[in-house]
Amino acid sequence: MKDLLELYWVYLKIGCVNFGGGYAMLPLLERELVTKRGWTTMDELRDYFAIGQCTPGVIALNVSTFIGQKRKGVLGAIAAMLGFLTGPIAIILIIAAFLKNFAELEVVQHAFAGIRVCVCVLIVQAVLRLWKSSVVDVFTLVLYAVILSLSALSTFTGLLPVKIPAAVLVVLSGVAGLTASLVKDKNGSARKEEGK
Amino acid sequence: MNIFLNLMFEFAKTGLFSVGGGLATLPFLYEMSANHPDWFSATDVADMIAISESTPGAIGINMSTYAGFKTAGIPGGILATIGLALPSVIIILIIAKFLEKFRKNKLVEGAFYGLRPASIAMITVAGLNVAKVSLIDLSAWQATGSVGDLFVWKAILLGVVIFIAQKKLKWHPVIFIALSAVVGIVFKF
Repeated sequence: MKDLLELYWVYLKIGCVNFGGGYAMLPLLERELVTKRGWTTMDELRDYFAIGQCTPGVIALNVSTFIGQKRKGVLGAIAAMLGFLTGPIAIILIIAAFLKNFAELEVVQHAFAGIRVCVCVLIVQAVLRLWKSSVVDVFTLVLYAVILSLSALSTFTGLLPVKIPAAVLVVLSGVAGLTASLVKDKNGSARKEEGK
Repeated sequence: MNIFLNLMFEFAKTGLFSVGGGLATLPFLYEMSANHPDWFSATDVADMIAISESTPGAIGINMSTYAGFKTAGIPGGILATIGLALPSVIIILIIAKFLEKFRKNKLVEGAFYGLRPASIAMITVAGLNVAKVSLIDLSAWQATGSVGDLFVWKAILLGVVIFIAQKKLKWHPVIFIALSAVVGIVFKF
């Protein structure tokens, strides 16, 4: 029980200072979990991040679950998850309650109109950052264009007969990537055979 | 369906299908704002991105708390967030059992070859969605018919300035968000 409370407490602290999420969390986790407590190693942390990235859900939360699981099994994972969520939930509830009361004010509306422009830029920058590791050849470029068109058409226009849910696009692109990489592998090994 | 169950279900779906973290939840949030206009609007999502960048916590987590609260008060906020977290926690618990195999699995790698470009394509559309409520003004264009009125020029100017400044200065996003709020107030955006 004491261990579970400790997990919860450590993750409560991490959750409260986790600005930006994702890899921004790595130095913080290194200090709290590797250096201070020796709960995990830097190599393990890097593995957790890699897997956290290729499994569904929030990366930081996935990494927390791994470490909780490693320490104390399923209950440890749940303690780490709840600890990690407590801070953000409390902060957002306070902000949401505040916005509910002040959103009508003209000055708040002007502020958010300005902020939205900044958000636009942040998203563009995120896309540019991810571009290099994602769009690597003709296939991925075509897939990017196809998903972009389908998603934009279903979001902004009524031109498609049905709106395609985002979940369907995710599954389709996973299957397409799998098929393409299998075909590539097969061609690659066929060419090797010919070379012999 | 009970509103709490409905919230949990919708956010569990988001948690299950948003691969790649962070902004990958955006397409699902926009979809939800279209399917449940009484929960939150597309403009709310844009504001939530700003709040998430300025507070601790991932956008998916923050958005589920916010939407749950708006829809069904404090219990709604908590349940929606747990709904978002549950699928990935279950999946990680399963994967933790055979960690190494999963990482080097050819099938997993192959799926990601397709998932990565798809994910940023959908984030691009989310960006267009924010642009629609910040950089262009459809009603002014419809009223006057002149293409020049379609664009909110001062907003576009601010966007370009932030883009260049961020590239050169590499400050934390929260600083740019705060400065944009001030510009919005001063220049009556």
